[in-house]
Amino acid sequence: MKLTLRVWRQKNADAEGAMSTYQVDGISSDMSFLEMLDTLNEELILRGEDPVAFDHDCREGICGACSLVINGDAHGPERTTTCQLHMRSFRDGDTIDVEPWRASAFPVVKDLVVDRSAFERVIQAGGYVTAPTGAAPEAHATPVPKPDADFAFEHAECIGCGACVAACPNGAAMLFTSAKINHLNVLPQGAPERETRVLDMVAAMDDEGFGGCTLAGECATACPKGIPLMSITSMNKEWLRATRKVKRSPHPPR
Amino acid sequence: MSAAYLNYPTGAPVADTKAPAGPVAERWDTRRFEAKLVNPANRRKHTVIVVGTGLAGGSAGATLAEQGYHVVQFCYQDSPRRAHSIAAQGGINAAKNYRNDGDSVHRLFYDTVKGGDFRARESNVHRLAQISVEIIDQCVAQGVPFAREYGGLLDTRSFGGVQVSRTFYARGQTGQQLLLGAYQALSRQIAAGNVEMHPRTEMLDLIVVDGRARGIVARDLITGRIDTYYADAVVLASGGYGNVFYLSTNAMNSNATAVWRAHRRGAWFANPCFTQIHPTCVPRTGDHQSKLTLMSESLRNDGRIWVPKAKGDDRPAHRIPEDERDYYLERIYPSFGNLVPRDIASRAAKNVCDEGRGVGPGGQGVYLDFADAVRRMGRDAVEARYGNLFDMYQRITDEDPYEVPMRIYPAVHYTMGGLWVDYDLQTTVPGLFAIGEANFSDHGANRLGASALMQGLADGYFVLPATINDYLARNPRHETVTDEHPNVQEVLAETQDRLHLLLAVDGDRTPDSFHRELGELMWEFCGMARTDSGLRKALERIPQIREEFWRRIKVPGSGEEFNQSLEKANRIVDYLELAELMCLDALHREESCGGHFREESQTPDGEAARRDDAFAYAAAWEFTDTGAAPVLHKEDLVFEYVHPTQRSYA
Repeated sequence: MKLTLRVWRQKNADAEGAMSTYQVDGISSDMSFLEMLDTLNEELILRGEDPVAFDHDCREGICGACSLVINGDAHGPERTTTCQLHMRSFRDGDTIDVEPWRASAFPVVKDLVVDRSAFERVIQAGGYVTAPTGAAPEAHATPVPKPDADFAFEHAECIGCGACVAACPNGAAMLFTSAKINHLNVLPQGAPERETRVLDMVAAMDDEGFGGCTLAGECATACPKGIPLMSITSMNKEWLRATRKVKRSPHPPR
Repeated sequence: MSAAYLNYPTGAPVADTKAPAGPVAERWDTRRFEAKLVNPANRRKHTVIVVGTGLAGGSAGATLAEQGYHVVQFCYQDSPRRAHSIAAQGGINAAKNYRNDGDSVHRLFYDTVKGGDFRARESNVHRLAQISVEIIDQCVAQGVPFAREYGGLLDTRSFGGVQVSRTFYARGQTGQQLLLGAYQALSRQIAAGNVEMHPRTEMLDLIVVDGRARGIVARDLITGRIDTYYADAVVLASGGYGNVFYLSTNAMNSNATAVWRAHRRGAWFANPCFTQIHPTCVPRTGDHQSKLTLMSESLRNDGRIWVPKAKGDDRPAHRIPEDERDYYLERIYPSFGNLVPRDIASRAAKNVCDEGRGVGPGGQGVYLDFADAVRRMGRDAVEARYGNLFDMYQRITDEDPYEVPMRIYPAVHYTMGGLWVDYDLQTTVPGLFAIGEANFSDHGANRLGASALMQGLADGYFVLPATINDYLARNPRHETVTDEHPNVQEVLAETQDRLHLLLAVDGDRTPDSFHRELGELMWEFCGMARTDSGLRKALERIPQIREEFWRRIKVPGSGEEFNQSLEKANRIVDYLELAELMCLDALHREESCGGHFREESQTPDGEAARRDDAFAYAAAWEFTDTGAAPVLHKEDLVFEYVHPTQRSYA
């Protein structure tokens, strides 16, 4: 396959960025999208040019590092991560636009690499169970109904890639935040911190400059792990419930 | 090859592993009681550096911080949650005996020593088996969503090399869920100010002062800034070195720099040739391949492995009638069948492919067939167990495994070798500890499935936090080290010179081209089957590649910016030295054991022939100089409880 790539190039966080055009040839349909970019980078290095910087690591769809907007879609046309997108999804002669995540809470570091540390601070605000090592009761002491365990798992699958934020017209992190809240709040182990978790994480999310939810639903469509849109509804319900149980100044999710 | 490299001296044997005496089941209790403690009020005065945030590093960082130590932690990823433990699929072993199927701590201990082909230290393995049960409790308390039965209790499944069902799992994403548990515990400590987290920061060297590990040199991957960090102890949890082979199931950026630099500073490297080739990976599709993807071993519970009986049979799988198929694992190993340990399954796949019976492009594959499982359990049940793995397979190959059997082929997956550590997980550099895959301790010559997660978390949650206390209590805080110290100046200058040189060569070959060349060489000569002549060839070639590397490497850009080519090139510098040691270790070990198969040492029916008379030891190598012969130190392995036998899975 022969392709034309239009790639966002930006030297560093402070520099102006622009789209640059490159041609790549000899692309196999069995290549992953990132292997196609590897091919481009090998050529750029030999020409003495700066290769395109992009985040990637496991290349099996689970670490959540890769993060490209391809032809306007977070992770491209298939419902998967960029590393699991294969070139058979494109046609010979195609022109492909490649951009970084676009969101005010995710500033560009270089080229296609963005700073997602805002997600870290949302988790640090309460995305855990306070269970210091060593004090754990016997695992079978607390049975968890299978539907609850399955619900928890389906939300715990979030890989923290940020596609939900990149896809959202408002740059909201509601799907990411709700996934962690729903994972932990449905479990008996998460129950003691159920209210503070949702209140604190939602507040942290707002502080990081993520936008508000207008139920556009783009996040759930872009999510490579299939976290459902209903996750946000569940979080809002949790939040409302918590505001009634915990006396705090109100800080509503937007 | 310089003949001098092969002419390695044998130094003093390992005098003391620090494992307490007494019955094996009581040793860990004894050690914990004998270990000195640090007064809780004094702990915050101690700084501990932890490099890596996978299962071992993440759990260690969180636990040490909970205990009150000041933890400074590093990862090269943009978030600690992305460490490669996240990709572990199948499960985690624990001797809970919830199934009432005859499991016990002793059986897990026995299985692990036997599975490791009698090349692991009994004391460590027994401790691992004991701690396994606590790990499950701890993870459940953290909210790890393990698979459960309808009654609400935890579900388990079987894994290779064992006959009980002791593997706990979370669909095909057990590593992800366990890592997120550790990551969340770590996040709690970061928020509390007890852990100072440095993401996108890579350790480039170790600082040793007065014979003790006192800090690291690390590079901020965004700004390129090189900084020094000081501590009272340094913990390496930087993972394995499978990426020496270029193609492996490791993450693209997993690397050996932290352990190799520590080795150069005095930490012995043990059993570097013990690498695990995993039998069930997606076969490669072409030269563009950048990494290989594992299909969890759990698939062997319900999938049946076969190839055509006839050579060169290129009919599609469904056209090959039942009586023309060779279910070779079930045929050769009737009692374990498709669940033989990984080293055996990998070699068997290689053998049938070498016979010309392989399937798929280039004949480099065997079938893993779920037709019987779908008939027996129904498609829904298969989907519930393996759905995400099937999806992943289909995405990579464009084939539907519910309709067409999967094609699999072995690939480099895990490294049992690593930094030599004593019972306390301390290396030969006082104050330097190594945990998880970075050390060599528990898996001998072959790791059983679902045991890596167990070991990573055992080391990080339970072992290291107990043993490091003893070191810190016995070594009250030394005087502060500063950048002016001559040792620090030397390490800093070496690091900066290395990076400058990489940028200055301005040759005509990319970092990847060297990495790929080295990887192909290692796969051919230090892969699934090794020979004296092949290893000698590799040992001749590696110094040549190294020389060419420093003449022709091209790294664009500068060191004072985000520069992924520079990161890669700097890691390859270390692979080019480590690869040499791996080949030397493989050459010196003239026996077959576990993942190390020497063609000269096999039984008449082609099974690995272990030589306990000559090689019942761990080989710990001491660094001397680049390209110069290392010194071999032997740790004799004593088996008091599990008596070495020829492994039989027939």
